[in-house]
Amino acid sequence: MPQTRRDMLIDPMVDNNPITLQVLGICSALAVTSSLQVALVMSIAVTLVTAFSSMFISMMRNHIPGSIRIIVQMVVIASLVILVDQVLKAYAFEISKTLSVFVGLIITNCIVMGRAEAFAMKNPPIDSFIDGIGNGLGYGLILMMVGVIRELLGSGSLFGITILETVNNGGWYVPNGLLLLPPSAFFIIGLIIWAFRAWKPDQVEEREYKIQTVEAH
Amino acid sequence: MSEDNKKPEPKGAIGRFLASPPDSVGKTLFTAVTVCLVASMVVSAAAVALRPTQEVNALKDKRVNILQVAGIYNPDEDVLETFKAFEPHVLELDTGEFAKQFDPAEFDDRAAADDPNYSLALADDPAGIIRRGNFVTVYLLRDDAGDVDKVIMPIHGYGLWSTLYGFIAVEENGNDIFGLQFYEHAETPGLGAEVDNPRWKAQWNGKELRDESGVLQINVAKSVSPAGKEHHIDALAGATLTSNGVDNLVRFWMGEEGYAPFLENLKAGGV
Repeated sequence: MPQTRRDMLIDPMVDNNPITLQVLGICSALAVTSSLQVALVMSIAVTLVTAFSSMFISMMRNHIPGSIRIIVQMVVIASLVILVDQVLKAYAFEISKTLSVFVGLIITNCIVMGRAEAFAMKNPPIDSFIDGIGNGLGYGLILMMVGVIRELLGSGSLFGITILETVNNGGWYVPNGLLLLPPSAFFIIGLIIWAFRAWKPDQVEEREYKIQTVEAH
Repeated sequence: MSEDNKKPEPKGAIGRFLASPPDSVGKTLFTAVTVCLVASMVVSAAAVALRPTQEVNALKDKRVNILQVAGIYNPDEDVLETFKAFEPHVLELDTGEFAKQFDPAEFDDRAAADDPNYSLALADDPAGIIRRGNFVTVYLLRDDAGDVDKVIMPIHGYGLWSTLYGFIAVEENGNDIFGLQFYEHAETPGLGAEVDNPRWKAQWNGKELRDESGVLQINVAKSVSPAGKEHHIDALAGATLTSNGVDNLVRFWMGEEGYAPFLENLKAGGV
């Protein structure tokens, strides 16, 4: 458990990353990472929703009855998500066209709900807000890493700016179509988790079984 | 939400109520109702306040596409201003004549296509659209002399995952394609979504819908059909079903149940 507010922001980047350590929020990471611009907007949206929903839930944590706490959390999260969706439609129409379905799915993003239930219900509002920002950024960090790989190798560009001239546009680079399809994000996230755990071996979970040597007959 | 229960001595009926344990029936109901009320007010306030901006965005987006398909889009100019160059008309598909009883500014193509009074259930439905509206909005672009230069017609049909909505621009002879563009679809990124690739779209320019004997020959296929290159659009690599969808929808809309009567009329100079 992070002790200082600085830790609350920094910890979810690598040490307690919601995607690589807790393996939450994978579905949306698959869906929105084929282009960096979309991934960035999604990261910002999730960060804001996590931070504000944690803050509001923390503000009323002493009044939320245990029996309906999940529903109350969902109402707060869902309202914020609709707000984000409406604002995007009004001020970033092009992006909202590509994001439309996924913005709605922030409601079901386990990270938002996870932070509300695990942190905001027990901690004061400002801490919860910072914790939400931290976790949102941790999510965003992975999204951007996956996005860079997918967009660069899948469409030969970054943020829509051509880096590798593709064959379709008369260049030399044959794009890897697999990277534009959602399963490729699974592979990339898997590799990132591997890299993180090789770098920080204490993230590796203990095995639930032991391979035993048996005497040969 | 206040934090009243931190106070040592709650005062009055409200104070005692807020200090009561959260799990009591009264408190549960109170919290549920309050949260829902506040949340619904916030959401509806946002929806109402932002709707005008959103509607302008949707309208602009559609018009940008009409401008692009007609080849007169300039990002530096105001969309709504440039769009005044177009003359919108509501067209009755079966007769190929303009229907004067509707105001093009008010007419909603998609709503009309859902209304049984104004639409036709298709028996033969290659484009996968189920019902075809009897009336659609088309846009005329006139040259400086006031003669029709291009017509921009809305088209739609089913691809692989989604219905593709777009526009086709045809020259005043009713046969030469100027351009084709989709403004709404959900095809596979990198494969079917390459219908948005400018290089692919550029192929449509100058292609002919019909051959000399008036048979509809335009087709989207992997190889050139016997009808010849002037009717052939290269299919998208790796997106056979999207390409078939585009082929079907273009052939449907350019055919007898689509714009054929109007194009005849246009060719005869009746517009």
